[in-house]
Amino acid sequence: MNLTLKIWRQKDSKSKGQMVEYKVTDISEHMSFLEMMDVLNEQLVSKNEEPIAFDHDCREGICGMCSLHINGEAHGPDRGITTCQLHMRMFKDGETITIEPWRAKAFPVIKDLVVDRSAFERIQQAGGYISVNTSGNTQDANAIPIPKHDADLSMDAATCIGCGACVASCKNSSAMLFVSAKVSQFALLPQGRVEATERVLNMVRQMDEEGFGNCTNTGACEVECPKGISLENIARMNREYLAASLKR
Amino acid sequence: MSGFLSSSIARKFAMALSALFLIFFLIIHLAVNITSVFSEDLFNQLSHFMGTNPMVQFALQPVLLVGVIFHFVMGFVLEIRNKSARDVKYVNYKGSANSSWMSRNMIYSGLAILAFLLIHFIDFWAPEMNYKYIEALPENPTRYYHELQEKFMPLWRVVLYVIAFVLLGLHLLHGFQSAFQSIGFNNKYTSFVKALGKWYSILIPAGFIFIALFHYFNH
Repeated sequence: MNLTLKIWRQKDSKSKGQMVEYKVTDISEHMSFLEMMDVLNEQLVSKNEEPIAFDHDCREGICGMCSLHINGEAHGPDRGITTCQLHMRMFKDGETITIEPWRAKAFPVIKDLVVDRSAFERIQQAGGYISVNTSGNTQDANAIPIPKHDADLSMDAATCIGCGACVASCKNSSAMLFVSAKVSQFALLPQGRVEATERVLNMVRQMDEEGFGNCTNTGACEVECPKGISLENIARMNREYLAASLKR
Repeated sequence: MSGFLSSSIARKFAMALSALFLIFFLIIHLAVNITSVFSEDLFNQLSHFMGTNPMVQFALQPVLLVGVIFHFVMGFVLEIRNKSARDVKYVNYKGSANSSWMSRNMIYSGLAILAFLLIHFIDFWAPEMNYKYIEALPENPTRYYHELQEKFMPLWRVVLYVIAFVLLGLHLLHGFQSAFQSIGFNNKYTSFVKALGKWYSILIPAGFIFIALFHYFNH
């Protein structure tokens, strides 16, 4: 495959970026999108040009590091996958592909296609945990009976890898799908109920402070989420938040 | 109030409550207006009751006004905040790949409805206020039907109403189920709410369009 790539280049967080056009040739349709990016970077290095910075780690769709906005969609045109799992067979020979970083005020660009997603970490630190003493006297998890249905829903929510595709694809740059998944995975379990009130209040407060937009229920996040996190989690978070506000 | 509404979820909740209130109001409005199609007397009686009952005039009407104004103001506030949450726009953003046109353009259908509402107030509400409270003319319980018919005589107004109600239908197609999601209602009944929302979004605007066309062709 021969492709034209229009890629966002930005020297650093303070510089102004722009779209730059590149050509790549003889790309195998069996390559992953990131492997195609590797080929381009090898070309750039061989020409003594600065390679394109982009996030990646496990390349197995687990870590949530890859974060490209490809042809107008988070993680590209395929569904239920991250960019590392996107294959070049999803594109046509001769196609022009636009590649941009996640766009949100809360996700500032560090360089080229790499964005700072530490806002998600600060939200997690605000309440995305349970306080358990793990110093040798931990209770057996199976000692607390949990309905299978609740355990399944909690596990579904816990599959969120925090990649930020929900923010990137939302027209409002809302982080509610991410935050609701992290709230839900604990809210559904008895271990999480103990700190549920403070958790949802603190995580939503932090989310608002980070400058994410308001959810208007377009559902774009659910469609683009590589892990299929459901909008039901946002409804659950809304209920949790209102109940917590009344309790406080 | 401002403290409570400083949270994104509280704003969503307040927006949804005002939307549900307006959704309920539209049913009442249509139920009263549709009587004009089959009974002049019943329409006059209901309009006279609505126009003279102190509970309706001095309790429900102000609540409705506050609800309408709140919904519009909060809609603009949310839109401004949401726009500012993405300071650098995408060169290529394919919203149609993952969301409906209605859901992405609520502000524009809302602005069109606001423009229509201003005309609607000038057409009906302002003359009514003038009749009753400024000029303080003697009450005539049989005037309402003729006033309604008179309004739908010019074709331009009927066309305007039809366009406005099509846009209202589009606004409701997303807004109805969105309001339920915002108040945390997403469960086994959600598919029923979505279906109900679709029927509501078609039937309520269609009812108002039918009334406008009926009076245009039957005056």
